[in-house]
Amino acid sequence: MRVTTLAAALLAASAICGGAQAQDLTGTLKKIKETGSITLGTRDSSVPFSYLDDKQQPIGYAMDLCGRIVEAVKDELKLAKLDVKLNPVTSATRIPLMANGTIDLECGSTTNNVERQQQVSFTITHFLTASRWVTKKSANIKKLTDLKGKTVVSTAGTTNIKQLNEANAAQNLGINIVAAKDHAEAFLMVETDRAVAFVMDDILLAGLVAASKAPAAYEISEDGLSKPEPYGIMLRRDDPAFKKVVDAAMSKIYTSGEITKIYDKWFMNPVPPKNLNLNVPMSAGLKKLMTKPTDSPNPDDY
Amino acid sequence: MFSDFDFDVIARSARYLLVDGLGFTLTLTALATAGGVVFGTLLALARLSSLPLLPRVAGLYVNVLRSLPLVLVIFWFYFLVPYIGQWTTGASRPIQVGAFWSALITFTLFEAAYFCEIIRAGIQSIPRGQIAAGQALGLTYAQVTTTIVLPQAFRTMLPVLLTQTIVLFQDTSLVYVISITDLLGAAAKVAQRDGRLVEMYLFAAAIYFVISLTASLLVKRLQARIAIIR
Amino acid sequence: MNYNWNWGIFFQPSPEGAGTYLGMLVTGLQWTVVTALCSWALAFTLGSIVGIVRTLPQAWARRLGDAYVELFRNIPVLVQMFLWFFVLPELLPQAAGMWVKQLPNAPFWTAVVCLGFFTSARVAEQVRAGILALSRGQSMAGLALGLTRAQTYRHVLLPMAYRIVMPPLTSEFLNNLKNTSVALTIGLLELTARARAIQEFSFQVFEAFTAATVVYLLINLVVVGAMSLLERRLRVPGFIMAK
Repeated sequence: MRVTTLAAALLAASAICGGAQAQDLTGTLKKIKETGSITLGTRDSSVPFSYLDDKQQPIGYAMDLCGRIVEAVKDELKLAKLDVKLNPVTSATRIPLMANGTIDLECGSTTNNVERQQQVSFTITHFLTASRWVTKKSANIKKLTDLKGKTVVSTAGTTNIKQLNEANAAQNLGINIVAAKDHAEAFLMVETDRAVAFVMDDILLAGLVAASKAPAAYEISEDGLSKPEPYGIMLRRDDPAFKKVVDAAMSKIYTSGEITKIYDKWFMNPVPPKNLNLNVPMSAGLKKLMTKPTDSPNPDDY
Repeated sequence: MFSDFDFDVIARSARYLLVDGLGFTLTLTALATAGGVVFGTLLALARLSSLPLLPRVAGLYVNVLRSLPLVLVIFWFYFLVPYIGQWTTGASRPIQVGAFWSALITFTLFEAAYFCEIIRAGIQSIPRGQIAAGQALGLTYAQVTTTIVLPQAFRTMLPVLLTQTIVLFQDTSLVYVISITDLLGAAAKVAQRDGRLVEMYLFAAAIYFVISLTASLLVKRLQARIAIIR
Repeated sequence: MNYNWNWGIFFQPSPEGAGTYLGMLVTGLQWTVVTALCSWALAFTLGSIVGIVRTLPQAWARRLGDAYVELFRNIPVLVQMFLWFFVLPELLPQAAGMWVKQLPNAPFWTAVVCLGFFTSARVAEQVRAGILALSRGQSMAGLALGLTRAQTYRHVLLPMAYRIVMPPLTSEFLNNLKNTSVALTIGLLELTARARAIQEFSFQVFEAFTAATVVYLLINLVVVGAMSLLERRLRVPGFIMAK
């Protein structure tokens, strides 16, 4: 685990104090204890991590994981009742809203990388995914260079749009890059032929294709713009006491093997609202986490 | 062209669109109008006050906000309001503000700048002699303002204030950019989930149109009635 | 406050390769200005026509003009943006719809058309008000002199009406400029969208939005200054202006 010396010192300090008195608590834990509530950032269309079901309630793999974390926080603070509030976020708003205290945990599909760690913190990785693109089969796009001069959409505020921009500049492709507010809106642009391709994490693309009106009409690229990168549930930076509780809860989910059950529920079984089965078995990288949970932002560690 | 128009998707999601979506839009409009008129009145009084500095500060506030696009202001406040809360209350951490409150604060502060200018014009339409008469009777500034100036100013400006409220009602649709579920947000979510954007966006447009048109026709009638009285 | 301030961000290279973050703001500003000017040209033309139509003696023409104004005034501009961008191409015959969608710079053209129609309803209101503000004697005198109705409008009514409504038209122009930011929802990379993108790439929220705010304030100052200069130049001696 990547833990700085300062954080280690604080960790030790908080370990001695235990989690009992409110006045000993700091940061997010103190806030949760005082307000009796915790706010989760949720997504509209990050299938199957965090998305809206038929009743427009957020559900998903990351939501389930957050549910376990919330339980652990409740136990840690010995609260009889913990009110869970939900606040919708987009790729573009999630980091500012985390920093300004609107949300306490972001339960979605946020890539954990070194740059973002300057603003926020991440708990143990819950998925690994590479950046690829989806096109209509009829467009016959095989390689990145086939996108030359075309309109390509990605979601604002993601690592993917940044990688696309960088590739576009480095390889001089002249791609016209359009930023959409959320994944569903971006996919809609491909569906309605506003854009030729949508660059995104492959697992999210698979979810969108499966849920579309004509799944057979789309294909996800072989080529990628990145190695598989880790997703993490996001929390505020410089809050080691809270991170410790969250990390411990996540580690327990992995080491107890409970992860397999939660994972299979969302990736190996039909999921609402359309009862589609994504059929994505757990990757080797993710399996490794069961013995050695980590929150490393480095793709090579998996 | 409407051969595959799916009216069923509207029926299926009507509750969500009208109760959750339109409910949010109307609540936000009503509360932001109330807050905006109150704060706008204070700003107007500040702009017209004879105290040093106060008119300038209020004028700066009004002119800055009126120069900015609402979309930018929505982004600003969504990210900034918790820090402002922390700063004003002296709390140790940013105050947690939900999406609804953030939107309400944004629209109240933004629309107040517009309401301020309307109310200011209303106040200025009142003959100075009335204020002098009130003062001659021994009324304080507060009494002159609340019993003589503002009632008449509001009455004169009522149609314009209501028209601005209709503008506010339409402006609330911009909360879409921060993913809040108002009428348009709800329509967009269903549209994207079910791939029924034609039906959903036309439906949302129709609702906005009917409400705005009805309201503006009522304002016109009111205007005619007030015009006769005066 | 748990925030890393970094005002130097604007001079750092942007991930788009071609320049700095400052460069992103500048291209954003260019799109804002071009979109505002093009849509204003459309709005001014359409709005003038509709405004004039609404003062004609023919009742059916007036009613048609009224309906036009009500249609575009009573639907939020963001919803209109979605109707033009997402809905219209689906309602066209397939080939035409495809053509519209694959236009280069589709968000730009959509924004111009959408804002042009939206603002034209407001311009029409002002033009109509300006014409109605003139005394009836003016048009009667024009017609009595043997001018046709078109000539009366061209040489008698409109030159005065436009001067009278110059201040409200200036504020409509500024509203139109501010409304270009709504086009970020359909992918136009204008100033607000660029500020948001800077925030997303660099995480420097407050710096990015501050910069955009300052730019909008400057644009306003420039426009207001230029228009008051123009108003003074065009003032008709001996005529009391609305202001």
